Amino acid sequence: MNSQRPMSRRGVLAAGAASAVALSMTPVSPARADAAETEEAARKLMGKFAAKEGRVHLKIKDTAESGAFEPIGVVVDSPMTPADHVKAIHVLAEGNPYPVVASWYLTPRSGRAEVNFRMRLAKTQFLRAYAVTSDGAVWMDRQEIKVTIGGCGG
Amino acid sequence: MANSDRVKVRIPAKAKKGEIIEIKAQLSHDMESGQRKDGDGKPIPRRIVNKFTCTWNDEPVISADWYQGVSANPITSFFAAAPASGKIKLTWWDEAGAVYEYVHDIVVE
Repeated sequence: MNSQRPMSRRGVLAAGAASAVALSMTPVSPARADAAETEEAARKLMGKFAAKEGRVHLKIKDTAESGAFEPIGVVVDSPMTPADHVKAIHVLAEGNPYPVVASWYLTPRSGRAEVNFRMRLAKTQFLRAYAVTSDGAVWMDRQEIKVTIGGCGG
Repeated sequence: MANSDRVKVRIPAKAKKGEIIEIKAQLSHDMESGQRKDGDGKPIPRRIVNKFTCTWNDEPVISADWYQGVSANPITSFFAAAPASGKIKLTWWDEAGAVYEYVHDIVVE
């Protein structure tokens, strides 16, 4: 390998990789949310908070069978009594056009802090579940889900 | 209001007082995301169900705000602690103004 040449093999490979990165970063339509946008959406829902890990669990598969109709469950460890219960569960998708998927508002009459539904996934991404408990604490779980066929567009 | 024929539910007919029961419900609705185009390439306007509530004898059990990431024909399951015999009422609102309602009679012993 002659390092005196204007562009070495390694240089060519690096340039190729760089253009591949540039291509993959070309904005696509519709725009996707990202982690920062998701964070902002979470703040709009819950105000200022410091989320703790634990108590809330996302029940999702590692790989979605379809991006259009993917089962998702959120379970929170809570006695659901008037004194100690989950007030809200928020599900956010970092890679969807709009990050907020659903906000659930629970009461002690809910009996169990668990919700299940189906959601659309535009692409492989991280999902977040937040739980707000009656003492004002915020708990979070974040998991990646792989998607082969997206479900938001036509 | 009569029960909407777009709604399917699975809710027990009876429960013991304090028992936690599962409520499953599905609404037939396109949940049009606003991201799709029709055959002529024109965008199909967004029309989603953006609010859902469940009450038991008019007391709130659970409610939800939904966005365009919720699937078409939204199916959901959640729980309720049985307080007394009466009516479990499910209501869905879509952003075009339609309201879909289902009332289930339950006996609590």
